[in-house]
Amino acid sequence: MSMRSPLGRARGLGSAKDGTHHFWVQRVSAVALVPLALWFVFSVARLSGGDFFMVRHWVHAPSVAVTLVLFIAAALYHSMLGVQVVIEDYVGSEGAKIASLLLNKFLHAIVAVSAIFAVLKVALGQ
Amino acid sequence: MSHPTPNRPLSPFMLGQYYRFQLTSLLSIIHRITGVGLSLGTFLLAGWLISLAGGPECYAAFAKHLTAWYGQVLLFGWSWALMYHLCNGIRHLGWDVGKGYALSAAYASGYAVVVVSLILTAAAWAVAYAH
Repeated sequence: MSMRSPLGRARGLGSAKDGTHHFWVQRVSAVALVPLALWFVFSVARLSGGDFFMVRHWVHAPSVAVTLVLFIAAALYHSMLGVQVVIEDYVGSEGAKIASLLLNKFLHAIVAVSAIFAVLKVALGQ
Repeated sequence: MSHPTPNRPLSPFMLGQYYRFQLTSLLSIIHRITGVGLSLGTFLLAGWLISLAGGPECYAAFAKHLTAWYGQVLLFGWSWALMYHLCNGIRHLGWDVGKGYALSAAYASGYAVVVVSLILTAAAWAVAYAH
């Protein structure tokens, strides 16, 4: 006999009231990152040894700037979701857990916005 | 009713002494370790782009560390971590749709992840140094 109410079962959100959302968005960002990460690594490898002007010229191209912003957004979102799971698994005390979960969200937001702003500054400059 | 044996070793202390080495569990923890490493690597990514936005002197000051031996070691580790996490992530996506759960398949895909991640890392560095 199930102790769950028919309404609770239909909503399928569980005790965290979040359902499978975290699991799903972690997979969606993972799929997006397969081509984006490969593009980034091989593009940066080709820039190897290049100076400031060569790298700025690369970021200046609209297609590169847009793809870079997509990569940064997907990578930092996926990273935030992953670190959240690690914190939930290993940080025991409730206070430290909530503090580190908040710090995780804030740090990822700061890094993502700073990196995207830097790309836009270079791409839209001059 | 059975009583727990006093001083029975618990999970972390079983490793190496009582548990047989398994490729699958090793690859699993490496996935998590590389994931955390890549999260820390995003600071490097942001720093690189911010220095680029700061102008030629600012960029040169940052790039000096990337081209130094310790920067190259860090970048090499970061590139392999990314390739490993990417390959093993695809392995996980396969499991998510219910494919590859047989023990033989899990080992075959595990060996494939190690080999392909090393090939992709070598390819990226070959591109970098061929320039």
